Amino acid sequence: MGQTEVVPAADYEETPGGIMKQIQRNRVNRIDRNYLLFSLPGFLFFFSIVLIPFFIGVILSFTEWNGVSSSLPFIGIENYQKLFTRDIPSLSSLLFTFRFTITVVIVSNLVGLTLALAITALVKGGGLYRVIFFLPNVIGGLILGFIWRFILINGLPSLSEALSLPFLNSPWLGDPTTGFWGLVIVYVWKTAGYLMVIYIASLYSIDSAVIESAIIDGASYWKMLSAIRFPLIMPAITICLFLMLSWSFKLFDVVFSLTGGGPFRSTEIFALNIYNEAFLYNNYGYASAKAVLFFLIVAVITVVQVRFTKRREVSL
Amino acid sequence: MIRKPVSINQIILILVLALVALMFLLPFYYITVNSFKSFSEIMKDPGQLPEVMRLENYQRAIDQVKFPRVFMNSLLITMFSITGMVLLGSTAAWKLVRVPSRISAFIFFLYTAAMVIPFQSVMIPLVKVASMTYLLDSLPGLIIIYLGFGQPFTVFLYHGFIKGVPRELEESAMIEGCSDRQIFTSVVFPLLKTITVTVIILQTLWVWNDFLLPSLILYDKDLHTIPLSINRFFGQYKNQWDKALPTLVLSILPIVVFFLALQKHLIRGITEGAVKG
Repeated sequence: MGQTEVVPAADYEETPGGIMKQIQRNRVNRIDRNYLLFSLPGFLFFFSIVLIPFFIGVILSFTEWNGVSSSLPFIGIENYQKLFTRDIPSLSSLLFTFRFTITVVIVSNLVGLTLALAITALVKGGGLYRVIFFLPNVIGGLILGFIWRFILINGLPSLSEALSLPFLNSPWLGDPTTGFWGLVIVYVWKTAGYLMVIYIASLYSIDSAVIESAIIDGASYWKMLSAIRFPLIMPAITICLFLMLSWSFKLFDVVFSLTGGGPFRSTEIFALNIYNEAFLYNNYGYASAKAVLFFLIVAVITVVQVRFTKRREVSL
Repeated sequence: MIRKPVSINQIILILVLALVALMFLLPFYYITVNSFKSFSEIMKDPGQLPEVMRLENYQRAIDQVKFPRVFMNSLLITMFSITGMVLLGSTAAWKLVRVPSRISAFIFFLYTAAMVIPFQSVMIPLVKVASMTYLLDSLPGLIIIYLGFGQPFTVFLYHGFIKGVPRELEESAMIEGCSDRQIFTSVVFPLLKTITVTVIILQTLWVWNDFLLPSLILYDKDLHTIPLSINRFFGQYKNQWDKALPTLVLSILPIVVFFLALQKHLIRGITEGAVKG
């Protein structure tokens, strides 16, 4: 990287009259020489690690590649046809993913927002609670799933005895319904604190004069929430909804370690379904088709999000 | 100011929050308390405090998952990846902002568009490409892959920040005859401190905790990271909690300490990252 030295400074000392010209020429030189030096290395990594494999993946989705053979048997759109018409497990996995996503988006935002409202209402000591509620978020999803396996299998049953709350003593990981709610609990536990942090920042940024004048006008707590606070934190609500949406839709590691997709593939979230198709059953071509579909859904979610956020920005 | 008496509402609020906080901390209580017990003691009553502190559980856990080794692997991968991301991302974003052109706009568009691509849509060919380019089963190989995946978001964060940095300082440094590299290292980069902290925190949380990518790249046990070795361990000792719990406690310790030490920066960085991301 050392060869591209910039034009030495001495150049424009000699012609004092033409300094501006020199600088301009110099700037053009710099664009030519250093633009690439500064922006190309990172781009090359990105290009070869992300872009090229991504496009190879699109090509693979039209083949029957098994991951090993050197020939690529092209089969046209057959993978996609199979995915949309005949592959019931994959479609139910997709359905599960949507169901899970919608549930955790709602629950986690409700919990996060409630915690944020409670903490901002505290006179003091809010910092400690903020740290506690955020703590689960820094732990990696894989380890978190293993931790909760212990909590769901051994912890909650013992708690259920101690508090005499029989519903805690469910076969959390042994039954499709409780398995679903087990995953929801764990994922809300991980994410609610993150959303809370964003909501707190947004709530604190509300001009206190607005709140004070509402209090003077005799607004009730709920009136103040619905008429003043919620409209003013709308940008944060949008951010948190979509953040949660894209995270939970792409979730992999928590499910991998907590339920492994079971029982009977009932909690096999779509990211895990793709993983199994490729690395468990060695259907790389078919898995690639699923991955393309996965990308398209995520892309649509994101485009909608960007639209939404832009519109909010205008109205602010 | 006159100290207001604590109102009844505040007391109720504090009590409710304390209760919820206890619920949030309960999993940590369970795994920590039980990590010191024998297996039969765990099964008898997981809620109870241990009769004796079995520190030998931890000694065994450290040996079995080769904790010092996998910890070092995680640390090396995270440190080199993050350093590389900061370097590549900040320099690229600076030029992309300061040299407005169609190429810059196009590259930036590619970066933002690529943030949408889920890992699952890249991983299958990536493993093949990695094996053909000798990136498989090597720590530098994994770090290189992280540099590729980290670039879009890093550039995105720096790009947004640099747009708000006035260019007068850079221009006067240019008139004084500083080279681009001098301008960047001594004028620009110091001004990017806050966003650099944000980048470091967000990318560290990702790389340190990542499981899927390293599991596809690193097969050699001696190269395993903390999540990889935990996963391998659980494959062997499924539900043998006296063996498993100490390893879990050990494995979350570093990141929890990291968080508690830097929590102010971390929470601010996360707010910024979320608002911009």
